[in-house]
Amino acid sequence: MEQINNLVSGGAVEDVLFYVFAALTLLCAILVVANPFSRSPVTSAMFLVLTIISMSGLFVLLHAFFLAAVQILVYAGAVMVLFLFVIMLLDLKEEQRRKIKFFGFVAGIIAVGGIVSSFFKALSTAKGGVDEPKLEGDTFALGKLLFTQYTLPFEVVSVLLLVAMVGVILLSKKKLE
Amino acid sequence: MHAGLHHYLFVSFMLFGLGLLGVIMRRNLLVIYMSLELMLNAANLVLVSFSRFNNKLDGQVLVFFIITVAAAEVAVGLALIVALYRKRQSAHVEDLTSMKL
Repeated sequence: MEQINNLVSGGAVEDVLFYVFAALTLLCAILVVANPFSRSPVTSAMFLVLTIISMSGLFVLLHAFFLAAVQILVYAGAVMVLFLFVIMLLDLKEEQRRKIKFFGFVAGIIAVGGIVSSFFKALSTAKGGVDEPKLEGDTFALGKLLFTQYTLPFEVVSVLLLVAMVGVILLSKKKLE
Repeated sequence: MHAGLHHYLFVSFMLFGLGLLGVIMRRNLLVIYMSLELMLNAANLVLVSFSRFNNKLDGQVLVFFIITVAAAEVAVGLALIVALYRKRQSAHVEDLTSMKL
C-alpha cells in the first residue's frame, strides 16, 4: 500500500497516468458504442471490459483502492461473464444495418448534445474542491463506515439481491405464465 | 497540467454522453444494455472524484451500493431479455413494436 501511495502521489507520474487511463477509457467507450469495424455484440462486450478495467485505474488514482478491486471483480468479472453468457445463449447474429431514420438520428444528437452541454455549463461554475486531497478509500475505512453509519442501507441492499435472485429464477423458468 | 476535479468530471461527462448515444443509436438490446452500464459507470466516477476532492468517504459508500444494485439490475434485465428472445426470436428493438400505437 505504501509503495502504491508513493507511486501514485508522485505528481508528474500521477498526471501522466491520469491522461493514459482517461484516454483509454474514452477510446474503449467509443468502440463499445460505435465500432466502425464490427457490429457484433461480442466486440462491444470486450471493449466494455477494457473500459471498466481502465476506469478502475482511474479509481486507483483517486485513492479508492477497495472500489477499484470491486470494480474489476464485480463488473469485469461477474457482470461481463453474464453478458457474454447471454450473447452465447441467444446466438446473436451481427446487428443488421437497417436504414437509420433521419428524424431519430437528429433527435438523438440533440438530446445527447443538450445533456452534455448542460453538464459542462455546470462544470464551468463549479469549485475545484480542496487542493490537497488526503482521503484514503482503503478497505478498513470503507468497511468501518459501511457497518456503522450505513448499516441499514447495507441490509436493505442484501434484501434487494435476494429479491433479484428470486426474480431471475422465476423469469428464466421454461414456462412463463 | 495537474489532474484535478475538473479533469475527472470531464471524463465522466464524456462517458455519460457516449452511453446515452449508445442507448439512442444502437438497435441491439444487449448493446443498449452495455451502454446503460457505461452511464452507471460515469456516475460512479463522478461520485468517487467528488468524494476524493471533498475529503468525505460517503461518496465511495454510495458507489459501493450502486455497484451492488447494478449487478442485481443486470441479472434481472438479462433474464428479461432471454425471456423476450424465447417469445419473439429477436433481440432487435425495431422488431418489438407491440406497444406502438
